[in-house]
Amino acid sequence: MSNKVADAAQAAPKRAVARKDMSKLQWTLKEMKNNWVAYIMLAPYYLIFLTFTIIPVFVSFFLSFTSFNMIEAPVFIGMDNYARLFLDDDIFILACQNTLIFAAVTGPVSYLLSFTIAWFINELPPKLRAFITLIFYAPNISGSAYMIFQVAFSSDSYGLVNGWLLDLEMIDTPILFFQNASYVMPLCIVVALWTSLGAGFLSFIAGFQTVDRSMYEAGAVDGVKNRWQELWYITLPAMRPQLMFGAILAITGAFGFGGIVDALAGNPSVDYCAWTIMHHLNDYGGARFETGYASAIATILFIIMIGSNKIVNILLKKVGQ
Amino acid sequence: MAQKYKKLRVRKHTVVLNRSAGGDAGIFFFLTIMGIFMFIPMYYTVIQSLKPLDELWAFPPRLYVVNPTLKNFKDLFRLMNSSSWGVPFSRYIFNTVVISVSGTFGNLVLSSLAAYVLSKMKFPGKGWMFQLIVLSLMFNAVAASIANFIIMSFLGWVDTLWAIIIPAWGSTLGLYLMKQFMDSSVSDAVLESARLDGASELRTFWSIAMPMVKPAWLTLIVYSFQGLWNTGSTIYIYSEELKTFSYAIGQILSGGIVRAGAGAASTVVMMLVPIIVFVVSQSNILETMASSGMKD
Repeated sequence: MSNKVADAAQAAPKRAVARKDMSKLQWTLKEMKNNWVAYIMLAPYYLIFLTFTIIPVFVSFFLSFTSFNMIEAPVFIGMDNYARLFLDDDIFILACQNTLIFAAVTGPVSYLLSFTIAWFINELPPKLRAFITLIFYAPNISGSAYMIFQVAFSSDSYGLVNGWLLDLEMIDTPILFFQNASYVMPLCIVVALWTSLGAGFLSFIAGFQTVDRSMYEAGAVDGVKNRWQELWYITLPAMRPQLMFGAILAITGAFGFGGIVDALAGNPSVDYCAWTIMHHLNDYGGARFETGYASAIATILFIIMIGSNKIVNILLKKVGQ
Repeated sequence: MAQKYKKLRVRKHTVVLNRSAGGDAGIFFFLTIMGIFMFIPMYYTVIQSLKPLDELWAFPPRLYVVNPTLKNFKDLFRLMNSSSWGVPFSRYIFNTVVISVSGTFGNLVLSSLAAYVLSKMKFPGKGWMFQLIVLSLMFNAVAASIANFIIMSFLGWVDTLWAIIIPAWGSTLGLYLMKQFMDSSVSDAVLESARLDGASELRTFWSIAMPMVKPAWLTLIVYSFQGLWNTGSTIYIYSEELKTFSYAIGQILSGGIVRAGAGAASTVVMMLVPIIVFVVSQSNILETMASSGMKD
């Protein structure tokens, strides 16, 4: 091995000539053979990654065209699952609506919130900045701490909000926050936002710190008038990589918080008012064992998630131009 | 605070940046309001855990505690030691520790190797292999849970801890962050000279690249550990003796009125660990995050 690298370095010009004599396939095979160590080092991680992250996507896709109950062999039924989802399943349509509302609110709001806060604390002294970072980030890592919202909004007079409203005589009877369809969605969105400042937020904080300070000074000399212009013309373009990363995490998060709804509003929530695609998936996949049908739901969810990511990616390329 | 902030700004810059007092005040106001919104629920959780029974059920409810007590924590430990669980409570803690430690360790080893290869070696297929990892950040793993269940049953891992540990070894966020960090902070020239000196790739990886990416290790450890520490009930595990600490805490929380105090205490215990870990490692995590950006 040791001499191989040295040999390769010496043989480099020779190899470039050799490449023309080979077909692309031969060349690739030769390169693969030369770099066998890379594949060996990558293999353990990549095999696990493929098995539990990528293959499930394909399994879902193939099973979505079948009728399958986990016991008998799958039977191919073409597009029937999809037809049933969109034409016969009112609750799925409701779930789609709810999911899109959740995602359309929590994704952008949490993204903007992360960015704004990171921007605002950027010029504070380091110790203070670290403290504020902790305050905003802590809810994201505190596991089930959001259950406190159930105590605060509990439906008896001992809940914080009901207790105060009763005490101030603004209401006569406690409001059943998590049993009333018109409160459940907004409350779950607020709680989701509360927990949503995660890795993307940290990425923004770090990103702001890496923007070259002399660029601001140059900008000030060149006629940048206020901090908004500074943000748009200097900071945002410099931070585009972080903005991309943050967007991906925000979108993935926005589609994945069914767990909060279950914990706060119960499963199913009253009148399915906070029923998301994720719930529908678990219902058919986990409870009813209609695995083929559940796979169709999962496939649609994959398409929605990756689709929104691609769209946001395109939009972000226009930032600062 | 506002004054300190002003002074610092004047001191640090030779060119005076365009900052209006109104803007500063607005920012201060916004940060305060948002900070209170973020902080109150955490604060209230801690306060609830310190309230004696009569204060937990006082009307109107209070955001402060008059006679703080640790009784709720004692109740929690008494509950943990009670025989109503079917298995000893320490079993749940043991499971969570096993999952967190082995999951994190495996993830660290495999991800570091993979990150090194993807960042510093050239070979056919490298481009799309990394693109596939980036793509996987774009969808939520929950959507794959049904198909994963089929794979788990095919492997015979349903109702074993492997179903949680092994997938954690292949999780993507830690690998992504480490690879990006290596791209920006390990110079190719240093690695090249080590290779020319005859060091094997494995040796270059271990004694040159690894020591240079310590912040990224720590970040990966923190992320992996936090995720695994909070593992609750999953569809892969149904035996009581394989369930986790987080699941057992959930059982206490759902115990209703009698356990309101112990429930709050359990949430505090559960959230303290990740928060302390973050406080200790914050500067390293932010250092890693500085290179987290996605180049197109």
